Amino acid sequence: MIAASTTMPVVAGLRRLFRNRAILLGAIVLALVVLAAILAPLIAPYAPNKLSIVNKLKGPSLTHLFGTDEFGRDIFSRAIYAGRISLLVSLGVVFISTVLGVIMGVAAGYFRQLDAPISRLLDAMMSFPDILLAIALVAALGPSLATVIIALGITYAPRLARIVRGSTLVLRELPYIEAAVAMGLPTWQVLMRHVLLNLASPILVQATFVFASAMLAEASLSFLGVGVSSDMPTWGTMLASGREFMNNAPWLMIFPGLAIVLSVLSLQLLGDGLRDLVDPRLAKES
Amino acid sequence: MARISWGLLHRLGGMLIVLALVVTVVFIIVRVTPGDPAAVMLGSDATPEDIAQLRSRMGLDAPLIVQYGQFVGGILRGDLGQSIFLNQPVTQALAARAEPTFFLTLFSILIAVAIALPVGVLSAVRRGTLFDQIVVTLTMVAASVPSFWLGLMLIQVFAVGTGWFPASGYGGPDTPFLERLHHLVLPAVALGVVNSALITRFTRAAMLDVLGEDYVRTARAKGANERRVILKHALKNALIPIITVIGLSVAMLVAGAVVTETVFGLPGVGNLVVSAVLRRDYPVIQGTLLVVAAIYVLINFIVDMLYILVDPRVRL
Repeated sequence: MIAASTTMPVVAGLRRLFRNRAILLGAIVLALVVLAAILAPLIAPYAPNKLSIVNKLKGPSLTHLFGTDEFGRDIFSRAIYAGRISLLVSLGVVFISTVLGVIMGVAAGYFRQLDAPISRLLDAMMSFPDILLAIALVAALGPSLATVIIALGITYAPRLARIVRGSTLVLRELPYIEAAVAMGLPTWQVLMRHVLLNLASPILVQATFVFASAMLAEASLSFLGVGVSSDMPTWGTMLASGREFMNNAPWLMIFPGLAIVLSVLSLQLLGDGLRDLVDPRLAKES
Repeated sequence: MARISWGLLHRLGGMLIVLALVVTVVFIIVRVTPGDPAAVMLGSDATPEDIAQLRSRMGLDAPLIVQYGQFVGGILRGDLGQSIFLNQPVTQALAARAEPTFFLTLFSILIAVAIALPVGVLSAVRRGTLFDQIVVTLTMVAASVPSFWLGLMLIQVFAVGTGWFPASGYGGPDTPFLERLHHLVLPAVALGVVNSALITRFTRAAMLDVLGEDYVRTARAKGANERRVILKHALKNALIPIITVIGLSVAMLVAGAVVTETVFGLPGVGNLVVSAVLRRDYPVIQGTLLVVAAIYVLINFIVDMLYILVDPRVRL
């Protein structure tokens, strides 16, 4: 009975969630990409770095679904393994930008004296185009997987901070927060129990969009050769190394590119759908 | 009038504060380099004397606060430092590469707006129709495509395949201007199409908002023809969010230009900064960051000014 009463709202919530076609489609595609990445050793027919010079630059066929590269490596297997790193980087970026964004956003939105300095700092940070700021940070910190994650995390933190600040400003004026403060609840408890919990929805929506942007940015950085090491297969490094052979072997560019488009599209669909659920006013418009 | 001037001053003050913070952020970024930036720039073969000399040339041997003062002083005099590898002032290096980036950004924004405005307006007017659904789907897909990848695909089709456009390069200073612009068609289309997605979505949403307003209903009830209702009553009032998003898109276009210029081998600011990053030419990196961010802040300021022209209700 207890189990039923706790699972029912979850089931009902999921049903409501998946009634939105955008969320359903986005979730299915994203789940497939994530599953393929997790189960890469089971799904990939070849090891991602297995060389086979006799098979170099072979077009798509039944033995090599997406063809092979200049070293005879299987593009399908590499694309699946590349998904692991691309997803890992993007998840790391979402984590860092969310933590930084929430701290800055709540501080600016809740404490009036901090609002102006933090908001101006966010304005300044957002004046830099994302890729430019990220490559400058990577150049300063030295290129590695970790620095790419940190650089992009810092780059996207202001986007989250802006949203969190706006929502916190509204929340701060609501009667139950005023009541909690009047009851003498310590500030950190007001923030943890009442403010942060109510920020979950806007944070989730914005984090989904940051996830998508991070995936595009990581691909750009890797393509430029200023991101993760070129030995590591990511969709961006695959595009960078395939570019030289693009005229004779276009599949080197097509499949990793499609992997990026599909993953980013699934996240955009998910983000859009979630935003519509959180803000029904927008749902009416789409 | 006095209110406007006071508001304008307030807005100008805000802009100057943001610019000061931009300068500070750029200053900090180069200083967070683990270890000695001079040693990193010169590589492992450098002698301690070389490193010491570069440190002194870059002013890195002074206390941090003095370095900051020198940095700000230099900017105020229009001196962004000296490129170590190009052996020329950063301002000169930037000026020499400004043309392709400027025209690339300009054409991309023109292409993006030329697609987005009519498509966004039509999509809103024909809400729920097949056309609208196709637009919504296509904008979602376009927003998911990396512009550099679209550029590579365009090269395959229109440069390698049909040979209509050059695949890379920009031509030297002696190349006729029109021929140089011919080199920009494919990169501008790649950037413009991707960025049109966001502007189309905003135009559609802004128009939908406005089309539901009472004054639009009143205009229709008065018997004004539909074209006039949409263009004069609706679009004019939807312009503020549209102008805002076009202003924001400029920053995205500059970000996209960094990668697109590399794909198309355009000798622009994007290419300059990427090679500077690969060579750890910090003065060029910080100079480019500073100039691009300052341009963005200025564009935002201009967008704010445009609000007054578009909507007389907005007071600064």
